[in-house]
Amino acid sequence: MTGRHTLSWFALKQEVEDFLYMEADLLDQRMFWEWLDLLAEDIVYFMPIRRNVKFGQHAEKENTKQGEGISWFDEDKWTLGKRVEQILTGVHYAEEPLSRVTHMVSNVRLLEVSPSPEEATNVVVGSRFLVYQNRVEYETNTFVGRRIDTLRRNGDSWLIARRELILEQNVLLAKNLSILF
Amino acid sequence: MTTILPIDQMIDAARGTISRDIFVSPEFHKEELEKLFTRAWLFVGHESQIPNPGDFFVSRMGEESVILCRDTKGAVHVFLNSCRHRGMKVCRYESGNTSLFVCPYHSWSYTTDGKLQGVPLYRVLYEGQLDRSEWSLIEVPKLHLYKGTVWASWDAEAPDFMTYLGEAVDHLDQVLDCRDGRPGGSEVIGIHKWILPANWKFAAENFLGDTYHNPSHRSVDMIGIGPSARAGQTGRRDNEYNKGQHVWVSYPQGHGVHSVWMPEEFDYQAGYQQYPIVDEYFRHCFHERKKRLGDKARIMPFTGNLFPNTSYHGRQPRGLCVWHPHSPTETEAWRFFLVDSDAPAEVKDVLRRFYMRYSGPAGMTEQDDMENWLYATKASTGTIARRYPFNYQQSMGAYKRNDQIPGDVSVQITEQNARNYYDVYARYLKGDTWDSLLGRGEAARQAAE
Repeated sequence: MTGRHTLSWFALKQEVEDFLYMEADLLDQRMFWEWLDLLAEDIVYFMPIRRNVKFGQHAEKENTKQGEGISWFDEDKWTLGKRVEQILTGVHYAEEPLSRVTHMVSNVRLLEVSPSPEEATNVVVGSRFLVYQNRVEYETNTFVGRRIDTLRRNGDSWLIARRELILEQNVLLAKNLSILF
Repeated sequence: MTTILPIDQMIDAARGTISRDIFVSPEFHKEELEKLFTRAWLFVGHESQIPNPGDFFVSRMGEESVILCRDTKGAVHVFLNSCRHRGMKVCRYESGNTSLFVCPYHSWSYTTDGKLQGVPLYRVLYEGQLDRSEWSLIEVPKLHLYKGTVWASWDAEAPDFMTYLGEAVDHLDQVLDCRDGRPGGSEVIGIHKWILPANWKFAAENFLGDTYHNPSHRSVDMIGIGPSARAGQTGRRDNEYNKGQHVWVSYPQGHGVHSVWMPEEFDYQAGYQQYPIVDEYFRHCFHERKKRLGDKARIMPFTGNLFPNTSYHGRQPRGLCVWHPHSPTETEAWRFFLVDSDAPAEVKDVLRRFYMRYSGPAGMTEQDDMENWLYATKASTGTIARRYPFNYQQSMGAYKRNDQIPGDVSVQITEQNARNYYDVYARYLKGDTWDSLLGRGEAARQAAE
């Protein structure tokens, strides 16, 4: 959705951006339960594995598919809740001591708005993420990629109904994906 | 082929001490690549990844890229992924189907059976000089297909794979066979590839039978992530084996496994709570397997490592891992996830979801392993640290030969599997004969004890 937009479209975009920045901040502040509250009960949280494929086969073969085979993440709220529970046991050694994490979110675009910017109840929003993780002393990972979120109106706020994370790596260059995206 | 490294001092299996140098020093890394990875049988891939003529999958053997390929006539090959002219990788896709591998550099091209076919300007530039039949892709001299898995060795003198595998076969079968006991029948449903900044042997040793590291998985055991966790069960797996005797078994070729020897009379333990179709499927498989295998059905697998770098998880989860050294302190890890290819869709779905939350860098269980391996490696690189060996004295001598099942069998948690593994490892680095590497020489057997 590019071109000339109405004020209500800009207002919606600002509201969605604020929501995404607030959500990122909850993770970075380690407010994991509060973060989980922003996820719809039926959330799909998906990060495919990327493959090196021949020109012309990208659409069909580059990314593993949600709902089949093995991806980095293809999970629901229960599993994400388990991840939070695990971090908060204090004995999940891959996150004990806790990593220092900053989520940068940028290139925010409204991709689909329904039914209208004024009364939007569902929004598909594209963004880029740059997630910096530093743990213990010297261990540092940078995760960069695209994100496509589906947000569902929830009173004054939103719920994340779907999150697709396209990480720009083939062989994962980090030893773990122990943080939340 | 001798070595300048004081290996016997550094690997003292009899005393139960092993130098940290073998985990961190560039010299050992180089020796491993030259003397171990050039000889041992290595896992390359699975036939389900290349079902049709022309299918290929790019794999690794140690530090090197190889192409696993089914030629247009249906035969399976493993080639070094490097052009004979200037070495460019002839394939940089992970998998696919082709009739030719065309090198991007100068366009030499190779057929799927490895033969050099196309040489640009051949008549003008090479006629009378270049004999194309001598410049095929470099192919492994030894290849073996076993129940869908593909194995290869760079040593033309290597014993056949089944001799190399030896009696560990009974345990590997529990990974590769259908859950109802029919031979083979598995398929790869996905692959993880990731970099872990640790020595590759930490990972191999973990699967070899290091049950002692269980406390590092306390967090998943507390919260419950197993196939029945949604029904409130803690732990990271269903308890399928609570009536069995855990056994840690090592073999003269260096393999080690942790399995469970079930009593003569044992029944199915319900699992997969909340998934009645899946539970029913495994119940059915359990009874079929018992009927088919008889006494052999009493072996139930946990984990194992086939010398040197192929590890497995037998049931929950189920798959093969390969640990490829990049350097003494960095490893490229690959995991191949397995299911029965004819399992119902709902069973496959429940399994893949469990595999993902358990395994690999995104897996809640194995993240803690990676943390251990990284910092164990890092904290062993120092000059002072390297003066002090690791301790491998757990359960010294506490095993019996061929006790109920073949191999050196311990019924208590033990580092015997690791002591044996590093004893075999030392023999590779000393350039021993295949007789010694297979544990046939009497000296070898005595050293192991």
